[in-house]
Amino acid sequence: MTVPPLVELRGVRKSFGDFEALRGVDLDIARGEKVALVGASGSGKSTLCRCINRLETVTSGTITIDGQPLPQEGKALADLRAQVGMVFQSFNLFPHYTALENISLAPVHVRKASKADAETEARELLERVGLSDKAQSYPAELSGGQQQRVAIARALAMHPQLMLFDEPTSALDPEMIAEVLEVMSELAADGMTMLVVTHEMGFARHACDRVCFMDAGQIVEENNPGEFFDKPRTERAQDFLSKLLHH
Amino acid sequence: MNEIGQMLADNAPFLLSGLLTTLLLTVFGFLGALLLGTTIAIFRVCPISPLRVVGTVYVEFFRNVPLLSLLILIVFGLPDIGLLIPLFWCGVLGLVLAGSAFICETVRSGINTISVGQSEAARALGMSFTTQLRLIILPQAFRTMVQPLVNNFIGILIGSSLAAAVGVSDITNVTQQLNIQYAEAVVLFLLSGAVYLVFALGAGGVGSWLERLVAGARTGGFR
Repeated sequence: MTVPPLVELRGVRKSFGDFEALRGVDLDIARGEKVALVGASGSGKSTLCRCINRLETVTSGTITIDGQPLPQEGKALADLRAQVGMVFQSFNLFPHYTALENISLAPVHVRKASKADAETEARELLERVGLSDKAQSYPAELSGGQQQRVAIARALAMHPQLMLFDEPTSALDPEMIAEVLEVMSELAADGMTMLVVTHEMGFARHACDRVCFMDAGQIVEENNPGEFFDKPRTERAQDFLSKLLHH
Repeated sequence: MNEIGQMLADNAPFLLSGLLTTLLLTVFGFLGALLLGTTIAIFRVCPISPLRVVGTVYVEFFRNVPLLSLLILIVFGLPDIGLLIPLFWCGVLGLVLAGSAFICETVRSGINTISVGQSEAARALGMSFTTQLRLIILPQAFRTMVQPLVNNFIGILIGSSLAAAVGVSDITNVTQQLNIQYAEAVVLFLLSGAVYLVFALGAGGVGSWLERLVAGARTGGFR
């Protein structure tokens, strides 16, 4: 008997007006699997990622999480989103709350944890992302890399089954990318199920189980990282990788 | 000149009661309008389309009807349907209804200044629409709304003078009555004008102070 995948996408299409961002995507993510979603800008990677917690609604096709189709906007969807952590390119920390409050806010107000428990856990999470001294700092007082690590801790505080990373290092200075990738690698090693939209090929190769390459709204090639990076099968993937390596 | 001094001295308690009435009309009117206007603004941005329609119709009606017509409608219309409200509260009601339509638009544009990423982050954490507004959007939006809200406050303050026309004894009404008695129009209306000016300048001062307070906070650098 096979274990059903945690995330299952079937024939997912998404149009923005006349532009078709996703043109029939099938994707399974097994529990504990780390999938890197790579491809050129505009290939639909971010849209796909945002469809999984329904920040974008699909035009057609189905998405199920843990066997449950994505519900309509409302309580059921909010409950489901609470189990799916998301990390954004632009961090989106809440600027009027401290790092600690950013992390403990949703556990208190959504998961209905006690304030004391939520703060204890928030401190543990801050320590896990290496920022235990920044609990009382506001986002404006943190560097980009620090903000993104707080954002990861904020998502983890909801005890998600799945973490979505939407280009988490694309807005960061090079010296800050490493600290964020390190936190993500640790998370991957701990067994978290992850979908990572990224341009960091090193991370895709070393921390992920599978690489999905997107082009023009479709997944045109998927393989384990070793095979994908060393022997890409499709011409489009070869072209994409050659451009990465030759500049 | 002495006569004017005598007139003011003789009627000091009357003038003071008018001043107090103007102040109370404005404060109750503004607070009520802030509450109602914020509620209507939430209607206008909420995901439920019938509520959005209600919000739009409300704003378009109360923003575009002259306050004086509204006050007359309240004072003479409500008793017709069996609702007897003290005159002062009729004035407050008119100011709340008209003021909230304007404050609604201030709050709505304040909400629109908050980046969509804030709302996405809140939704991604499983927050409901109301939790999102209460914890994430409105606290940030109100920081951008201080000066526009001062404008709304001054609008309600100056609008409150129309309550005089339906018989509320505010400063305008009181000076009007004294003018009938003493025929000192210029002095008396300069006096009531000065009251509005001082209150409005005070409101502006409080607004600037609030704005500095918000900007001076450690979170102020976020924009």
